[in-house]
Amino acid sequence: MKKLLVLTLAAGLMALTTFAAHARDQIRIVGSSTVYPFASYVAEEFGATTGNPTPIIESTGSGGGHKLFSQGVDLNTPDITNSSRRMKTSEFDKNMDAGVKKIVEVVIGYDGIAVAFNNSNPDINLTRKDITLAVAEEVPVNGKLVPNPYKNWNEINSSLPNRPILIYGPPTSSGTRDAFEELVMEATTKKMAGYGNKKYKKIRQDGLYVPAGENDNLIVQKLAKDKEAFGIFGYSFLEENSDRLKGAMVDGVKPVPAKISSGEYPVSRSLFFYVKVDHLSKVDGLEEFVDMFLSEMMIGTDGLLKSIGLIPLPADERDALRARWEKRQLLTKADLAH
Amino acid sequence: MTKEQKRLSHIKKRYRQETTFRIMSVSAIILASAFLIFFLVDISRTGYTALYQTEIQTEVTYSEKTIKFTHLAVPKELNRLVSRGYTRLIPREVEANPELMGQTVERWIIADDEVDQYIKGKPNRLKDKQIEIIDRLKDENKIRKAFNTGFFTRGDSKLPEIAGIFSAAIGSLYVLFLTMLFSVPIGIMTAVYLEEFAPDNWFTRVIEVNINNLAAIPSILFGLLGLAIFINFFGVPRSSALAGGLTLALMTLPVIIISTRVALSSVPDSIRQGAQGVGASPWQVVWHHILPLSLPGILTGFIIGIARAMGETAPLLIIGMLAYIPEAPGSITDAATVLPAQIYTWSSTSLRAYTERTALGIMVLLSVLLMLNAAAVIIRNKFERKW
Repeated sequence: MKKLLVLTLAAGLMALTTFAAHARDQIRIVGSSTVYPFASYVAEEFGATTGNPTPIIESTGSGGGHKLFSQGVDLNTPDITNSSRRMKTSEFDKNMDAGVKKIVEVVIGYDGIAVAFNNSNPDINLTRKDITLAVAEEVPVNGKLVPNPYKNWNEINSSLPNRPILIYGPPTSSGTRDAFEELVMEATTKKMAGYGNKKYKKIRQDGLYVPAGENDNLIVQKLAKDKEAFGIFGYSFLEENSDRLKGAMVDGVKPVPAKISSGEYPVSRSLFFYVKVDHLSKVDGLEEFVDMFLSEMMIGTDGLLKSIGLIPLPADERDALRARWEKRQLLTKADLAH
Repeated sequence: MTKEQKRLSHIKKRYRQETTFRIMSVSAIILASAFLIFFLVDISRTGYTALYQTEIQTEVTYSEKTIKFTHLAVPKELNRLVSRGYTRLIPREVEANPELMGQTVERWIIADDEVDQYIKGKPNRLKDKQIEIIDRLKDENKIRKAFNTGFFTRGDSKLPEIAGIFSAAIGSLYVLFLTMLFSVPIGIMTAVYLEEFAPDNWFTRVIEVNINNLAAIPSILFGLLGLAIFINFFGVPRSSALAGGLTLALMTLPVIIISTRVALSSVPDSIRQGAQGVGASPWQVVWHHILPLSLPGILTGFIIGIARAMGETAPLLIIGMLAYIPEAPGSITDAATVLPAQIYTWSSTSLRAYTERTALGIMVLLSVLLMLNAAAVIIRNKFERKW
């Protein structure tokens, strides 16, 4: 009992004294769960081959990552934040206010969002309009927006199969959901008179769209059992499960790496990370880590990250990217505006 | 209907009610055990294959060239079939044993996860040509399945074939040790004071109600509390074992206080009165008699509290311990992750080879929890006293 007391006090004291000044030799990364597997792959390689400590990578989601990143330039804040979408101007402003004036933006490649289903079904071609009308909360009927009445795919478009609509997709907290809303729903509705040519992104809540949680493997397992249903998730999960699932063509284009990287497949997004320039000189190995991430061995056409589902950038864009990084070209608000 | 008939039918009804109730209770138990058995069978069936890992016998060439392009160290047809976890370490291997330079050595090397999946008869993305090569190697007895020691000696990896639970297990040990260190003394002292010394007034009653409440609130709130107090206010490093230990100690504290109080109050008053009768001070009564007698009960509560802390992930998510941390912590301020967090990260990766690892990880975690709970039962049965 006495010993325990002494130990507790000792530990308490230690806790208060040890981290007064804490210079760092370990890189800290936060952010998107989509970028997380790629970043941690590079981190592992970095730790195993260079002798530096392996960077710590937290999967906080893109928004959560930007929030932690923009807390300041103090060494307690992360050095890099991963993001499955571009930084928002509001997030940029927050960084500026907190004194994070120097940020370098890096694009590592693409991720396609697949609309997948059980591969016992024949191939199917969906337009983005079909998908929007299947998931929207309200759809235009006779010039008026009414609660979505569609229960079957062939009610939307008579060329589609007579199959009940049931879609498992990401929940609101997910970056994949943001991207889906932007690339499918908003892109379609802003050109549809029925929606007043305005962006619309409300998803139906009558049970036909099922938010299936952050873990895409759950959606995969559902689709493996439920042959009628569709699922929305990142391309890497489709590739890994090609023995039991297949991806729908969207606007006539199949979700395959070549078409995603060329931009022909319409539902694809870039993956980013942001580096805090002030930390480059203070955190050991940070520059080498980014160098390794941008190397051909990682993000190249036959790079290691391709084997775990990253879709590489075209060669000229990779060169331009490296040139920007070499110059440490800073991110400006004008970059984010368009 | 006569009075007698009415009485009989009433009795019959009562018997019927009893039978229905019994059937319902038994079926509830059967249902619960069926779920449990289904889960255990399913997990073991998925997980046991991860106990074995495929290895390929091949020659490894150590030369200037292969140190630079490590995948060339093995014959060309194999360079996508052996694990990168091995080849990328070749430069370091040569650094450690310079006499290897210029030699070609026959070695068993861990195979790539796709090869492993194929050998285990699971879905894989190998091309037909690669399958031909593997089948040929199999005929030449150059492929074997060896016990997967790496699973227990290595940390997390993005290469499923070399991913293990070691660093997460060490992280769990650190965190649990710190949890015990903070929660046990404080918890027991609080309980002793409240039960044996504190006056019974509104203030102690408010504290009591609050402790009972704390035991029931969702664990994620403790994570938010830990983030606000320990990390943001006291500056404890994020993701560190210390932050995790302190946070889980907060969570375990009410459980320990409550179970200790129950153990203390089950010691009959005659012991207290007897001790006081021979002139013991209140402190001596507690220290010499009450505490030793209630120790088994305290220990049981403590083990159950620790078991709960061990399986907890939600509060650790908030304080940054659900992260990619492949190295085992060396001190309490180093970043660490814990077993359940490791299992969770594996379950959400796209690579199919992680499925069996996730299941094996769950089996390990369940066995540890089972042992802890069994220890609690054994201690209770062995030392419990009937008054």
